[in-house]
Amino acid sequence: MGWLLALPFLLPIASGLLAFAARRNTGLARGISLLGCGLLLLVTAWIFASVSRQGPLVAQMGNWPAPFGITLVVDRLSAIMLLVTGLVGLAVGVFALADIDRRRERLGFQGFFQLLLAGVCGSFVTGDLFNLYVWFEVMLIASFALLVLGGERQQVDGGIKYVALNLVSTLLMLTAIGLVYGLTGTLNLADLHLAIAAQGESVAVNALAVLLIGAFGIKAALFPLFFWLPASYHVPPVAVTAVFAGLLTKVGVYALIRTFTLVFPADLEFAHNLLLVAALLTMLTGVLGAAAQYEFRRILAFHIISQIGFLVLGLALFTPLALAGAVFYMIHNIVAKTNLLLISGTVRRMAGSFELAQIGGVYRASPLMATLFFIAAFSLAGFPPLSGFWAKLLLVTASLEEASYWVAAVLLVTGALTLFSMSKIWAEAFWKEHPGGGALALAALGRPEQWQRVVPSLLLVLVTVAMGIYPEPLITFARDTADELLNPAGYIDAVLSQSPD
Amino acid sequence: MNSIILQGATRLLVALILLFSVYMLLRGHNQPGGGFIAGLIAAAAFILYALAWGMAAARASLRVAPARLAAAGALLAAAAGSLAALAGLPPFTGLWLFIGGSETAKGIPISNVLLFDTGIYLAVVGSVLTLFFVLEED
Repeated sequence: MGWLLALPFLLPIASGLLAFAARRNTGLARGISLLGCGLLLLVTAWIFASVSRQGPLVAQMGNWPAPFGITLVVDRLSAIMLLVTGLVGLAVGVFALADIDRRRERLGFQGFFQLLLAGVCGSFVTGDLFNLYVWFEVMLIASFALLVLGGERQQVDGGIKYVALNLVSTLLMLTAIGLVYGLTGTLNLADLHLAIAAQGESVAVNALAVLLIGAFGIKAALFPLFFWLPASYHVPPVAVTAVFAGLLTKVGVYALIRTFTLVFPADLEFAHNLLLVAALLTMLTGVLGAAAQYEFRRILAFHIISQIGFLVLGLALFTPLALAGAVFYMIHNIVAKTNLLLISGTVRRMAGSFELAQIGGVYRASPLMATLFFIAAFSLAGFPPLSGFWAKLLLVTASLEEASYWVAAVLLVTGALTLFSMSKIWAEAFWKEHPGGGALALAALGRPEQWQRVVPSLLLVLVTVAMGIYPEPLITFARDTADELLNPAGYIDAVLSQSPD
Repeated sequence: MNSIILQGATRLLVALILLFSVYMLLRGHNQPGGGFIAGLIAAAAFILYALAWGMAAARASLRVAPARLAAAGALLAAAAGSLAALAGLPPFTGLWLFIGGSETAKGIPISNVLLFDTGIYLAVVGSVLTLFFVLEED
């Protein structure tokens, strides 16, 4: 059992190191990286299947019993996050073959990409607060390398802002971890649940909750801590932005959900209100920021922020239905958002720019790309019968059940404004004539590049459509996940009762 | 820097520092020390050598590219942790072999923990020197 749970981070670390060692032989490095992505998807699917069949899986690293050693735990939330990470990893890995130039590959792109996946998977499997911090660092190092790889002027500019603000988050998190340890003497998440419950509602617990909201809020790009995201996400190659957009901020949200359901007691009034206000403001500022932009990738970057608001809202409402909505929304959003960024990269390749004023005519050049964009974008905006509709339906229903009518109103307004931005992109990039001579047809790109660009988008669109027209299994799974999160006794038993082999 | 005093002293010191780093690596299991700190000490030796004799000489004395050393070290550490699989134990479980051990004497303890620490040692030397060479040569 221990090995199965360690594989999601051991595999990418191994393939990353090998690909880095072989980076001058780009063909070999690509092969290793793709093989790593494929195996990762298989392993995560296997873990997902076992967890949904038999409940939380637990492994004790180094055979040290919990709470003394490092525990790996995969419950339903971790399992589905791992699975979607495997999916995004493979899609972006294939797309990167076409998008990343030879120079960046020789500098070690494949190695850092795998290391990033290792950091993300590590954060999802760990059951230890300090170990979570270590995986955050792994992600930070890998993402900084990916941001500045290639060393263009604007990349370094964006990279500095990114790393400076993320270091603040790291510092907050480390401070919080130190205080937690001083207060309770343990960092194992399951053990922490018991230790914090014994503290009762004290000032220290509230202070810790706020510190962690600060730390994870920066990672997740929550209002008002999101400034690093629009400053940096438009500078690296599209494949890098796509994997960042899909996974990095979501790890911050995952950490928030994990700590506020497992570590802190459910009646932490002050912190929940703080989360609720932050979530609503995040939704509005993100979507308004996007409405003011006229660059394809910047619009999408602001929408990442707005959608983080939806996820945190689900946590802040703290009802079973709202948490299920947050889980469903997270899966839907990772798939749709990654795909939109991949499509933006292909559109740029065909039409020559990210600036909406300078491009157009993509519908004429390739109806296929236009259809893929249409599905992904309108799913993001929440159109039935696509996946975003069900995600928003769950959240709106949850807020109406709580009689929070203004929350539901903000949700709907944000949805309408999202639709406005998506229609803007549709009209400018796809519908209107190209201002300078027309866009390249897909066929003009050559066969391998065409495949590498279209297949990942097609795969992700199929997932979106499947989640849209047949949402029942995922909604059931999300509801089970929410129940598991709100009743952590099973998780805690699984961790603390297991004796070493 | 072209100082005959520094160059003369460096000849002596580098050997001592490297020896000390190995000592730190080996004592690290039960006492303060270990792969990380020993790696930093070893890197300091090469940095001192580079300051006295120049970058080219330091690179030549290392014989392999430091980035390669770092990757090899990380792989070695991962492989050491994976050895536990052969014994059917969870990842990173310590496996011990006491050479010449008997009822009364412990013998010489050899373990995959030491192998892991050695991997960390190489990874730290490699990555610190990669950074140092790049910054110094720019």
